Amino acid sequence: MAAYLIRRLWQMVPTLFGVVLLVFLLFKAWGGDPAEILGGLNATPAQIDAIRGQLGLNRPWWVQFGIFLQQIVTFDWGRSWATNESVANLFATRLPATLTVMLPILVLDALLAIPIALGVAYVRGSLTDRAIMVATTAALSISFLVYVIVGQYLLAFRLGWFPVQGWSDSVWTNLTRYAPLPVLLAVLVGLAPQTRLYRTFFLDEIGQDYVRTARAKGLPERSVLFGHVLRNALIPILTNVAVALPGIFVGSFLIEVFFSIPGLGREILLAVNRSDYPVIQAFAVYIAAITMAVNLATDLLYKWVDPRVVLR
Amino acid sequence: MSGARSEGVWRAAWRRLRHDRVGIVSLGVVGVFLLLVAASAAGLVARDWQAELAVPSAPPAFVGAALPAALPGAAAPDAPRADLSAVDPLAPRYREWDEAAKRYATSDAVRRDSLPFGADRLGRDVLAKAVRGAQVSIFVGVAAALLATLIGTALGALGGFFGGAVDDVLEWIYNVFTAIPGILLIFAFAAVVGRGVGPVVAILGLAGWTGIYRLVRAEFIKHASRDYVRAAEAIGAGPLARAFRHVLPNASHVVLVQLSIHVVGFIKAEVILSYLGLGVGIDQVSWGTMLAEAQSELILGHWWQLAAATAFMAVFVTAFSLLTDALRDALDPKLRGVS
Repeated sequence: MAAYLIRRLWQMVPTLFGVVLLVFLLFKAWGGDPAEILGGLNATPAQIDAIRGQLGLNRPWWVQFGIFLQQIVTFDWGRSWATNESVANLFATRLPATLTVMLPILVLDALLAIPIALGVAYVRGSLTDRAIMVATTAALSISFLVYVIVGQYLLAFRLGWFPVQGWSDSVWTNLTRYAPLPVLLAVLVGLAPQTRLYRTFFLDEIGQDYVRTARAKGLPERSVLFGHVLRNALIPILTNVAVALPGIFVGSFLIEVFFSIPGLGREILLAVNRSDYPVIQAFAVYIAAITMAVNLATDLLYKWVDPRVVLR
Repeated sequence: MSGARSEGVWRAAWRRLRHDRVGIVSLGVVGVFLLLVAASAAGLVARDWQAELAVPSAPPAFVGAALPAALPGAAAPDAPRADLSAVDPLAPRYREWDEAAKRYATSDAVRRDSLPFGADRLGRDVLAKAVRGAQVSIFVGVAAALLATLIGTALGALGGFFGGAVDDVLEWIYNVFTAIPGILLIFAFAAVVGRGVGPVVAILGLAGWTGIYRLVRAEFIKHASRDYVRAAEAIGAGPLARAFRHVLPNASHVVLVQLSIHVVGFIKAEVILSYLGLGVGIDQVSWGTMLAEAQSELILGHWWQLAAATAFMAVFVTAFSLLTDALRDALDPKLRGVS
């Protein structure tokens, strides 16, 4: 186990290095001159040269890459070019809002989609099954944006069940007052694709011999479904949830922009619009590291879910 | 030996597709949309989508012109106008200016109170915008999917067929690209590439090839050691010829299905990108920019632009998804009914 962990962690190094290189080259090659962006419209050539010297932009690119690497290793991300806020502080203050919205979405989506998919898979081929499949196809064809626009208009603006948008400093107020509408809409939208996906996972298992054996020895349907089918389908479901997990740190850009939630997603979008490279670079590298850590944790979970899995 | 050739894989797939009623109907719908896109690109329809035909936010004809034509203002005074020409210093030149004005043809644009499908906030026809938007959105989706498929197939073929160091390098690149969540990757590209149709295609294609690479690579690994490939090697086919002339046609059904899955994904992505201001330029219209405008219109009760963009997109995406399913069933009958 320890050897496996060490090897996996060691394997992350080249990938993380690649991410850093990709981000560096991307902004180096096409990003435009940071000194001109920083200097603004009224900067004199002398001022721009001074900024270049300060950022080390007049040094060869491998020296600049060395500076970039050094920043990453020492967790010194510098400051946002636009607001002069330190990037570490930016990350720390925006993450709570993102998690307040994204964690309930992830949990509720899984909790709702799994039983619905199991039920649909159980009555596969029936009218209910086909009706739900047609409904999910239709639901999937409409853009997320339309659900959010119409949902906000109908539920918040017309019916007044929720505030149209807003955010407060208190986590409890946010969770009970401002988060429910975004969460509800995102869960509704996520339900259709997840139900379809989980249904195929359950169908794969329901056709297996062990299910027939379990029925043949007289087990009630309940324990066949929950004790056998569900547990065996857990591995692909777990993979799917794990794939979505790093996304909760990025947040749903659309939800955060639409409902003016001061989370990471909105911050990244602001950074993109302002060409605020330090922020984008830092986020890309951070999120890549988190993604790899989550993937490792998922592989360890496989072992726990299914003891037959051999970690190699 | 019998002279009859056995049925080719594409012919067999077409035969199966033809008997799939849902598949053939969705093929028809997709065909109509593609014709519409071609007609719009050739300037036959929706050429004047920017013309301001109607009053701002004119409702659809079946709703009727709901807005009052004019507010009752103060009545004009009836008294005869006093003759000010004696004291007006500009009076001698009025005639000259009238003459000058007559030399230019002017026309009063008659703005209509309603249009068959309504008008946007500037009075532009929503139907023309939706058609024009279809051209941009579908082009972006198809072009980006082609780009992603091209990158994914080329890299997957090289990695899967040659293995070794080539595969190691490509796997490393794959790991790097998948370590960053897709939407963040798209944003990072968008930060440096800019706005417009071309950039959006490039961004989506460059960020979206990884899934195709993975599948094509697996297909090539499977085929590389098969007998027919070794036979090709024995008769002197070079490695590139074996990879692209012999193996690729046998993996092309995977590529085709992935291509059409990605078209739908990228059309949806374009909508979100355009809403967030990272999509097509402001002088163009796409389903995404229509929906972005619709948000503020809806508050005023002007639902028709939202409805038009949603309906166009829903019909196309549904038809395309069903066609993709039918295509997969036709090309790979073993998978039928799995999902």
